[in-house]
Amino acid sequence: MAEAEESSGELETATPRPLFAGLSDISISQDIPIEGEITIPMQGRARELDRSTLNESVRHTIMRDLKAVGKKFMHVLYPRRSNVLLRDWDLWGPLILCVTLALMLQKGSVDGEKDGGPQFAEVFVIVWFGAVTITLNSKLLGGNISFFQSLCVLGYCILPLTVAMLICRLVLLAGQGPINFMIRLFVVVVMFIWSVVASTAFLADSHPPNRKALAVYPVFLFYFVISWMILTFTP
Amino acid sequence: MATPAAPASGVRNGAGPEWGGFEEHIQVGGGSAVIDMENMDDTSGSSFEDMGELHQRLREEEVDADAAAAEEEDGEFLGMKGFKGQLSRQVADQMWQAGKRQASRAFSLYANIDILRPYFDVEPAQVRSRLLESMIPIKMVNFPQKVAGELYGPLMLVFTLVAILLHGMKTSDTIIREGTLMGTAIGTCFGYWLGVSSFIYFLAYLCNAQITMLQMLALLGYGLFGHCIVLFITYNIHLHALFYLFWLLVGGLSTLRMVAVLVSRTVGPTQRLLLCGTLATLHMLFLLYLHFAYHKVVEGILDTLEGPNVPPMQRVPRDIPAVLPAAGLPVTVLNATAKAIAVTLQSH
Repeated sequence: MAEAEESSGELETATPRPLFAGLSDISISQDIPIEGEITIPMQGRARELDRSTLNESVRHTIMRDLKAVGKKFMHVLYPRRSNVLLRDWDLWGPLILCVTLALMLQKGSVDGEKDGGPQFAEVFVIVWFGAVTITLNSKLLGGNISFFQSLCVLGYCILPLTVAMLICRLVLLAGQGPINFMIRLFVVVVMFIWSVVASTAFLADSHPPNRKALAVYPVFLFYFVISWMILTFTP
Repeated sequence: MATPAAPASGVRNGAGPEWGGFEEHIQVGGGSAVIDMENMDDTSGSSFEDMGELHQRLREEEVDADAAAAEEEDGEFLGMKGFKGQLSRQVADQMWQAGKRQASRAFSLYANIDILRPYFDVEPAQVRSRLLESMIPIKMVNFPQKVAGELYGPLMLVFTLVAILLHGMKTSDTIIREGTLMGTAIGTCFGYWLGVSSFIYFLAYLCNAQITMLQMLALLGYGLFGHCIVLFITYNIHLHALFYLFWLLVGGLSTLRMVAVLVSRTVGPTQRLLLCGTLATLHMLFLLYLHFAYHKVVEGILDTLEGPNVPPMQRVPRDIPAVLPAAGLPVTVLNATAKAIAVTLQSH
């Protein structure tokens, strides 16, 4: 206060004084080191230590993540209205499923001459581009779901279709024929319905109730294209 | 708090001369106030109490200057002007910053979504009725027909068309080199939708038709519903007669609907003919192309598979004079232009 008065001479008006006087006291010059103690409550630190993953072994970390992914797989296989998939989303499961599906849909031949089948990149792009499109669509329709939550759900719900692909490959080992095709058709249709039902069960609450049909249609189209690719696959 | 207070006072005292300097500067005259402000920007850091004090002093200075003699008026005027200039520059700077922030926010994803959201504001029943209406041409020419500016239906129809095209390409074993089926399908469908919409919009602008780009996109998008139906059926049932029937009936109906809307929104027969003729031709030919592009290929591949030596899909230029007599056609059929072509072909 005193210094401020000294420096600002005949400045006598009272109004700005309370505003700036306090500030002049706080101003810190470079000579003074900032002193003080930054304390964190001990309880919080202890909790932090418990949660810290730095000390645990790598195997532990990987197993924990794998367990989380596995738990979500179970949720997809037995869909009910839970928000586990929505609450802590991850993209590991979708990545694993997508890569598995794309690898299985890849044909063995390297020469791409007569190979009209889906390539790895094509499957990959369809899955991610489709999921992003559906998510954007649901956001545009007024859904209250975050971008990655939706990607996570859509990615995890490919699981039935990946299983269908696995079954199809096994069935195709026995050779091709009309009965064979009927079995594949049945499996793919069942798994397709499963995928759609599972994803709508998870995403149902995030869409506005009067526009569910509009939000579900692209999901249907997305899984339909993928399941159709699986059905038409021949090694 | 007591410990830092003592050095702080020392610093204050040390800074005294600077402040003294300020006072001198200001007291020299109002004209130098601008320079003072600039000086202050350089010397004092970012402490805003200085700013406040200076402001206060400037105000006092103004009061003094009002009372001062007339010869000081010049300097005072300059000072006021400078101060105002500074102020206006600051305001302008702030405005510019705010504008820039808003513009950058508009480019971010969520803001974009908010911009697009009104176009997706539909109910399922509305979409259903619009899909049905896209097949029903309304014969009302005198009054502009209503076109709903909505993008959900068109976008979904385009995606459906992409899926159907993929299906068609797969069943016809289409092979596309240097690209994927998916990319081709998406490129074709979106290219047609966006490209033809903008082209017709341009034509509509030339022909003075009352239609916006959004309406054009919605109109053409819903017009693709007929294409989807026709292609979905004819990719699965390979029957040429059936396709032509559907082409004329379903494709024709959806085209007529669009033409009717455009006619009702255009004035003048020439403009109407130009606009609607272009749209109808493009729309019908696109359906024809989509069907035969991935239908003929089957036969083409079958042909080439029978003769393994022939390179696939290679076009051999024909020699017109050689072909025509072989076909038994009289030479008199040839008109002058064909003759000229034949001559040039022979010479090459």
